[in-house]
Amino acid sequence: MRTLVSPGALRSPRGKVVYGVVFACTLLVFLLAFMFPLYWVVTGALKSPQELAQTPATLVPHEWHPETFADAWDQLSLGKYFLNTLIVAGGAWLAQLAIDVPAAFALSKLRPKFGNVVLGLMLATLMLPATALLVPTYVTVTDLPLLHLNLINSPAAVWLPAAANAFNIYLLKRFFDQIPDELIEAARIDGAGPVRTLWRIILPISRPILAVVSILAVVTAWKDFIWPLLVFPDTEKQTLSVMLQRVAIDMPLNVLVAGMVLASLPMVALFLAFQRQILAGLTAGSIKG
Amino acid sequence: MSSPRSSSLLAWPATSSSRARRPAASQEERRRTALKRKIKENLTAYGLLCAALVVFALFSWYPIVRGVLLSFQQVDFVNAPTWVGFDNFTKLFEDPLFGVAWRNTLLFTGLALVFGFAVPFLTAVLLNELRHAKAFFRLAVYLPVMLPPVVTALMWKWFYDPGPGLFNSALGAVGLPGGQWLDSSSTAMLSLVFVSTWANMGSTTLIYLAALGTIPGELYEAAELDGAGLWKRLRHVTFPQTRFVLLVLLLLQVVATMQVFTEPYVMTGGGPDDSTVTVLLLLYRYAFVYNDFGSASAMSLLLFVALGVFSAWYVRLTRKADQS
Repeated sequence: MRTLVSPGALRSPRGKVVYGVVFACTLLVFLLAFMFPLYWVVTGALKSPQELAQTPATLVPHEWHPETFADAWDQLSLGKYFLNTLIVAGGAWLAQLAIDVPAAFALSKLRPKFGNVVLGLMLATLMLPATALLVPTYVTVTDLPLLHLNLINSPAAVWLPAAANAFNIYLLKRFFDQIPDELIEAARIDGAGPVRTLWRIILPISRPILAVVSILAVVTAWKDFIWPLLVFPDTEKQTLSVMLQRVAIDMPLNVLVAGMVLASLPMVALFLAFQRQILAGLTAGSIKG
Repeated sequence: MSSPRSSSLLAWPATSSSRARRPAASQEERRRTALKRKIKENLTAYGLLCAALVVFALFSWYPIVRGVLLSFQQVDFVNAPTWVGFDNFTKLFEDPLFGVAWRNTLLFTGLALVFGFAVPFLTAVLLNELRHAKAFFRLAVYLPVMLPPVVTALMWKWFYDPGPGLFNSALGAVGLPGGQWLDSSSTAMLSLVFVSTWANMGSTTLIYLAALGTIPGELYEAAELDGAGLWKRLRHVTFPQTRFVLLVLLLLQVVATMQVFTEPYVMTGGGPDDSTVTVLLLLYRYAFVYNDFGSASAMSLLLFVALGVFSAWYVRLTRKADQS
């Protein structure tokens, strides 16, 4: 495809040289800026505590200590915190799908009376900076109106607010809007109820958007810090991020660094596995303005 | 799945029954079935919507109202909240840290705009020209976005360490003096901006890259035939063609960076000498250290109003520029 630089200019001998130099420089900068920090962290975890404290730092570990990862797993009780994070993120994911998909379907295909008002009220919440609701939402989860439940230290304190996600509803509704009404009419004539139509017809053809929403949900929940910091004062219930931040000062550096590497692995693996969906979610997000 | 019971419960309103009806049915009757069907359809729709309505009511709409109310109340969770008028706001204005926090936040946002806006755009333009290793570049620039922000912050805190940190080791290796980075009030904020840019530039870069990919190649060709050099093509083709995305991302970035919290909370705790106390960090202190939820809410309200006014002004400005 034609871009800023014409293919003709690139084919000229001078163009080839310039391209080669620019390419090599970019590659070098990218390796230094994005790969080297990761290399540094992973090898840092493999160094002995003495070597880590040494000035100047060593580029390649003198001695290799792969057992640090096992130590970190035990000392930081990573198993427990992984489970906590998994419960928080998995629950947030399920809650978003279970609550936002039917809502978007109802707004898109059943078009109830005042549906547009409801949608408008939902989308209006996108205008709010996320942190504007931090304090009142915290106050709300400590004592839910009418029910008088206190959700502090319960993963539901993350799951339920996560489901109130207008952006998901917007993405899903926009996708459902493109599904021809005839398809739904046909299902209706065949005697399928709306729930069955949603389950058997809409969901299977909505896989791409469901993948995007799912990935966004899991990644957001895994990365979130400030909300879990507030709602999990009980150290046993905390997520990985909150725990790492809490123990950062007291832990030996090599153990902490190993813990950081392990806590990041699931997200990196997820990215490698679902690049396409993640990038689709990214551009879906960019046109929301 | 197709048991008669479930289908009667969840059936599309009045399909089989209305089809079975003889055409001889009176108009009155037909109107009544249409009405019944409409009611039933609305009920199903609201049935599917009810969970969403409950979570939005509890965790978005109600907190919005509650937040405004809290700003004018004194709350201590022991006694009933009392109305205090603008006392919370006066208290904030009298706090010397209040002005500091706003200045720091504006500084962070300004610096983040310079780096976080220019660097990803230039990177995207550059990557768009490269023909090799495209997948690698895309992966590399996005990888930091996937790291949990706490990990990024802790990692960079260690890189910045004046002793065995990566930066001073690297500087020392080439014979340069090290810096104080996070430990000096003059460089701490800049150091945080650097981390934030590194961590977040992946998403903006890839969004720009997607926008660049939609520019029709003929435009460049035509410009070149008219004798436009590289810079002129960038100025008169690339910029105008990606204008919308640039403007939207600028707004989103200002809104996002004004709410910076994790980096200062994890890396500096607001120090040294309060040089990295941001609006949100102060808000957090008011709410969860001093247990003054009223003043914290007042602070949120101020932040919300400031961002709202900025967004409205910005949108108007860009619309005006579009028309002229």
